[in-house]
Amino acid sequence: MFYFELLVAGLVQGAMYAMMALGLTLIYGLLRILHIAHAAVFTLGGYVGVLAANSGLPLAAAAALAVLAAAAAGPVVYGTVYRPLLDKPPYVALIASIGLLIAMEDGFRLLFGPYGLSFAENPWFVSGPDLGGIFLNWVQIALGLSALVAIAGLGLFAVGSRTGVAWRATVDDPEIAMSFGVSPERVRLLAFALASALAGLAGFLVGLLNNLIEPGMGNITSYKGLAIVVLGGLGNVPGTLWASLLLGVAESFGTIYLDRILDRDAIAFFILVVVLMWRPQGLARGR
Amino acid sequence: MDAYLTSLATFVAINVTLALGLNLITGFCGQVSLGHAAFFGTGAYAAALVTTGGFPFAHGVAAAILAAGLLGLVVGLASLRVREDFLAITTMGAGFLFLGFVRKQDWLGGEFGIPGIQPPFAPEGMAVLAILSAILVWLASIAVRRSWMGRIFMAIARDEEAASSIGIDTARFKLAAFLLGTMSAGLAGAVYAHVVQLIVPDAFGFIQSITILAMVVVGGIGSNLGAVLGAVLLTLLPEMFRFVDTYKLLVYGGLLILVMHLSPDGLVGIGRRLLRAVRR
Repeated sequence: MFYFELLVAGLVQGAMYAMMALGLTLIYGLLRILHIAHAAVFTLGGYVGVLAANSGLPLAAAAALAVLAAAAAGPVVYGTVYRPLLDKPPYVALIASIGLLIAMEDGFRLLFGPYGLSFAENPWFVSGPDLGGIFLNWVQIALGLSALVAIAGLGLFAVGSRTGVAWRATVDDPEIAMSFGVSPERVRLLAFALASALAGLAGFLVGLLNNLIEPGMGNITSYKGLAIVVLGGLGNVPGTLWASLLLGVAESFGTIYLDRILDRDAIAFFILVVVLMWRPQGLARGR
Repeated sequence: MDAYLTSLATFVAINVTLALGLNLITGFCGQVSLGHAAFFGTGAYAAALVTTGGFPFAHGVAAAILAAGLLGLVVGLASLRVREDFLAITTMGAGFLFLGFVRKQDWLGGEFGIPGIQPPFAPEGMAVLAILSAILVWLASIAVRRSWMGRIFMAIARDEEAASSIGIDTARFKLAAFLLGTMSAGLAGAVYAHVVQLIVPDAFGFIQSITILAMVVVGGIGSNLGAVLGAVLLTLLPEMFRFVDTYKLLVYGGLLILVMHLSPDGLVGIGRRLLRAVRR
């Protein structure tokens, strides 16, 4: 039973990683940018959510606001920071992204204080359904469910809609896609909006789970997200999902068995280094 | 000399040493590393272990350079397997692994680090030592840049396939770049440990790695002068902005974005363009 609980906790954590890593891998697939400032969007979702909830809105409405704010921020980040750098060597966008992350993190600290904000009331955190002996609170269930819905929704969107087809075409070959009347610019804006919406939701839910929103809350998650993206084979969506779940579970068991040698947050990178030495293209086949 | 200026000069010199070392790997040889602070930390920890164990400072420095270079070779082996973005993330991972490992080791002091490291000289002497180390690494970097090896590094940075197609053993030279660059970081670490006298794992984290990379890039990637200028500027900048201390990181982050947009080849790039304009 103990092992089963560890497994479930790991899968929930993995679902959260998936929501971050999915956005990172979509953006990498389109633009070849390691979007480290994704962490700041995640934190933005958390702050918008906690401010909305503490001003008296119901949690569901606060969640919606968090998602909307993040979804609006993503395209703005793309337009102002990344678009002018697309034809430069990749490290240029990476450094700009790091600059953005540092600046936004400091902005949050200046606006809302260094110690972070907590939810005045956090009903989803203290209660949960009875699942035959395993206790999961509603936040954990919401994390798992939103990851599932988001992933299924994205999958359907990519396969079944015209925009989804245009998207995949742009990933494969932007120039040919353009000659068929697809606007790569619109696809990119959409990708940033969707990826950021996911990050915002993840930020809000993680905020609920820890009952704390702080300026640097997204950083470690975002670094791990990048590790997951690489593990999954840069830009490979199914690979990213598998790697997220694998990491969540590995961390959950690792904290029990590896705690004396390695920090919890280093487990992801241990797996990353070992896997890359064995399979340089990541777990799944990269593009 | 003013104690504040002395310590400022020391930290500028340490950062110059770090930036020059990373410039060898990332600038000359084109291997983007997001984990340079791990080698800096390895040097600091190795030197601190040796001198707190009762051995002289010189042994500490030697141990630092050796340990950092050894770890550098291991991470350099990674660069033979993975490239570009994969390598950037792998080196970032190596940095986090270093941190995660050190934090859990009792013999390295865990989270609290190693206290009571005795400096061999007074603060002024340490400043001179730091500056001499920086000059030594600078001269060595210039020598590498002008040598046959430096040219091969640049060939690898520009096009690895092309370099190996004309018979260059790229693996050997990439390892050499990692070895030289990380040995410099080890030297910087030994000096740093004996300046601050207390080292903690958090001083060698991802932000530190990024700061070193930012110095190289803001100065002008691939240029020795650029690495020096970048290190001096980015160390002094937070000090100059001290009067708006609250906004330090905001300004710093904004500056990184700005430099990337206006001049991706850094300060040296701006200088070059100005020179060309003046000559016309």
